[in-house]
Amino acid sequence: MLTVKDLQATVGDKAILKGLSLDVPAGQVHAIMGPNGAGKSTLSYVLTGREGYAVTGGSATLEGENLLALAADERAARGVFLSFQYPLEIPGVPALTFIRTAMNAQRKARGEAEITAPEFLKLARQKASELKIDFDMLKRALNVGFSGGEKKRMEIFQMAMLSPRFMILDETDSGLDIDALRIVADGVNALRSPDRGMLVITHYQRLLDYIKPDRVHVLAGGRIVASGGPELALELEREGYERYEKAA
Amino acid sequence: MAAVTQTVEHVASLEKYKHGFVTDIEQDFAPKGLSADIVRFISAKKNEPEWMLEWRLGAFERWLAMEEPDWAKVSFPRIDYQDSYYYAAPSKKAGLASLDEVDPDILETYKKLGIPLREQEVLAGVMGAPRYAVDAVFDSVSVVTTFKKELAEVGVIFCSMSEAIREHPELVKQYLGTVVPVSDNYFACLNAAVFSDGSFVYVPPGVRCPMELSTYFRINAENSGQFERTLIIADKGAYVSYLEGCTAPMRDENQLHAAVVELVTLDDAEIKYSTVQNWYPGDPETGKGGIYNFVTKRADCRGDRSKVSWTQVETGSSITWKYPSCVLRGDGSSGEFYSIAITNGRQQADTGTKMIHLGKDTRSRIISKGISAGKSSNTYRGLVSAHPKATGARNFTQCDSLLIGKHSAAHTVPYIEARNGHAKFEHEATTTRLSEDQLFYVMQRGLSQEEAVQLLVNGFVKDVLQELPMEFAVEAQKLVAISLEGSVG
Repeated sequence: MLTVKDLQATVGDKAILKGLSLDVPAGQVHAIMGPNGAGKSTLSYVLTGREGYAVTGGSATLEGENLLALAADERAARGVFLSFQYPLEIPGVPALTFIRTAMNAQRKARGEAEITAPEFLKLARQKASELKIDFDMLKRALNVGFSGGEKKRMEIFQMAMLSPRFMILDETDSGLDIDALRIVADGVNALRSPDRGMLVITHYQRLLDYIKPDRVHVLAGGRIVASGGPELALELEREGYERYEKAA
Repeated sequence: MAAVTQTVEHVASLEKYKHGFVTDIEQDFAPKGLSADIVRFISAKKNEPEWMLEWRLGAFERWLAMEEPDWAKVSFPRIDYQDSYYYAAPSKKAGLASLDEVDPDILETYKKLGIPLREQEVLAGVMGAPRYAVDAVFDSVSVVTTFKKELAEVGVIFCSMSEAIREHPELVKQYLGTVVPVSDNYFACLNAAVFSDGSFVYVPPGVRCPMELSTYFRINAENSGQFERTLIIADKGAYVSYLEGCTAPMRDENQLHAAVVELVTLDDAEIKYSTVQNWYPGDPETGKGGIYNFVTKRADCRGDRSKVSWTQVETGSSITWKYPSCVLRGDGSSGEFYSIAITNGRQQADTGTKMIHLGKDTRSRIISKGISAGKSSNTYRGLVSAHPKATGARNFTQCDSLLIGKHSAAHTVPYIEARNGHAKFEHEATTTRLSEDQLFYVMQRGLSQEEAVQLLVNGFVKDVLQELPMEFAVEAQKLVAISLEGSVG
C-alpha cells in the first residue's frame, strides 16, 4: 500500500529525513515511535504534501502512485488523511459545512457525484453518535473554542466521515483523558479494514494498548533505526529511546 | 511546490474583472471641463426648474473655494477636474415610456451584467424567489425603472432623481441636502453642483415596501465621472430595503465617482441600505486605471425609534473613500454598519462609519471586516460620539482585519468621544494573517488552494454576509472569491 524508499527531506536548509524507508501493506497498522525532533511530524507533512518541506531524494508511493508529485488536495482526494497533532481553528465555518465542502471537493476530484444533504446528515448523525459527539457541536465553527480533547475527537470524526484509504495519526493521544482515548481508539479501530492502511505516530505506548499495531518502527535521526512487533513498543516504554538515539 | 505553480497558472488564465467590457453606443457629452456654464448645461439637459439650477450654482460657487481633503490614508496623483466630462448620456432620450424604446445595446449591457430590466424576466424566475425593482443608471442618466406601477399602488415612489425633481418637487425641496449639506465636504459639494442622476425613493407612513428596491450604476463612457445622488425617505412607520450595485469597464485612466446618498427615517421607520461595490479596481500589477470612489453616504434618523442599517461589500475601485454614517437624532433610534472591504493588487481603501449619538437611549452597532491582499492598503476609520443629551447611548464596535500575503497593509483608526457620563461604548479589534497552517489544514482535507482561501475568507466575513438580502449574499460571496483570486502563492 504505502511504500517509502530512502526518503530525504529538508526544512529550510536543515536536513530532517535522511533516507527513511517504510512499507505499510493494506490491512495493517504501523506505529512510528521516536524521541522529540526525530522527524515524526516532518514525515507526516512530507507524506501529505505540506509546502515548505522539500523532498531532496527518495520516493513515496500509495498503491504504486507517486504521492510526491501531487498537491496536498490531490493526495487527500486519493484518500490520504492526516489527523493533526494540533488541529486548526476555522472561524465562521461550521464543522458540518467544512466537512461537507471537503467531502464534495474530494468527490469532484475523483469524478464522483456530490453527496446529497439528507445522505450527508444521516452519515453525520451516525458517526457523531459513535464518537459520542454532541450533534450541536457540529453546527459550531470548526474547533473554535473546543478543548484539546474535543479537537482530537473532531479529527477522528472527520476521518470517519471522509473514509480515507490511508490514515496518518499524529500524536492523536495527546490531550485526551482515558475515557476520550477509548472512544477515539474505538473510532479508529472501526476504520481498520483489509483495504486500508494506517500509520500511528506516537510518543507513548499508551495509545497502542487501544490501537494494536501490526508493526512498530523506531524513528531516530531521520531514519527508521529499528522495527519489530508490538513488543518493541513495550520495550521502548521500559528503556527509553537513548539507545536508538546513539545508534542514529 | 507543484501546487503553487499550478495555482499561479490557473489564476493567470482567469479573467480577473468580468464586468470590464465597453458598450459601443452613441452618447451625448457636455463639453469637457467644469464651469458655471457646464452646471447650466447639465441642468438644462435635464429640464430642471429654476430653483434646482440656483441650488447647483450655489454649490459650485462654494466648491471653488474649497480644498481637496488629504487626511485619508490614500495617495494618488492630483486630479485635474478640467480634464473630465461631467455629463454623458446615451443619445436616445431618457425617461422612456417603455423598454422597447431603450437602445438595445444598453439592454444587452444589463443582460450581460445579469440585471433584470424586464419585469416578466423577474417574474419568470424561480417560484417564490423574491422580486426586486431596478433603477438602471447608465453614465449620467437613468435609463429605466421597473415595477413603478406596482409600487405606486401602495404609494411608494421609486424613480430617477431627475424625474423626482420634475414630478415631486415638494418632497425633493423638503429633504434634498438636509442630511448632507451642500458644502459638507469637497466631493459632496462637487456632487451638488454637477450631480447627474440617481434614485429617489419615498415610502409613505405605515407602508412596508412590498419588494426590494435596487439601483444599478454603470459607468461606460471614457474620461467621464459619475456623480449620482440618491435620496430615500421612509415616512413614519415605513420600511424599505434598498440595494445598489456598481460596475465599470476596464480603462487605463482613472475615473471619478463622487456620489451622495441621503437617507431620512421618521418616527418608527426603518431603512436597510446595502451596497455591492465592484467598480473596476485598476490593473493589479501597475495600479493603472480604476475608479476613484469618493462617496458621501449619511442617514439622518430623525424620528424616535427609527432605524438605519448600512451593509456594504466593497471589492472594487482603485481608491475608496467612504464612510456611511448615521446621525441618531431621534430618541431610541438605532444605527448599524456592517462592512466587508477587500483590497487586492494596488487598491487603497479608507472606509468606515460615523455614529453620531444625539438622542436619548440611541444605539449603534459596527461590524467591520477588512481584508487586504497583494500590495494593497486597507484602513478602517470610524467615529462614535455621544453628545451631552445622548444619555444612555450605547455602541458596540468590532473591527477585524485579515492580511493575506506579505505585502499588504491594514490600519485601524477608531475615534471615540463620549460627552456625557451615561454612554456605554465597547470596542473590539483584531488583526490576523491568513496562516500557512490553516491553509494546509484545509487543503489536507481536499480543497485546492484557491478554494481553501475562499472558505477561510468566507468564514471571516460571515457575520456581515448574513446581513445582506439572501439573493445578494450569494452574489457577494462569489464576488469575494473573485476579488481574492491569485492573492496567495
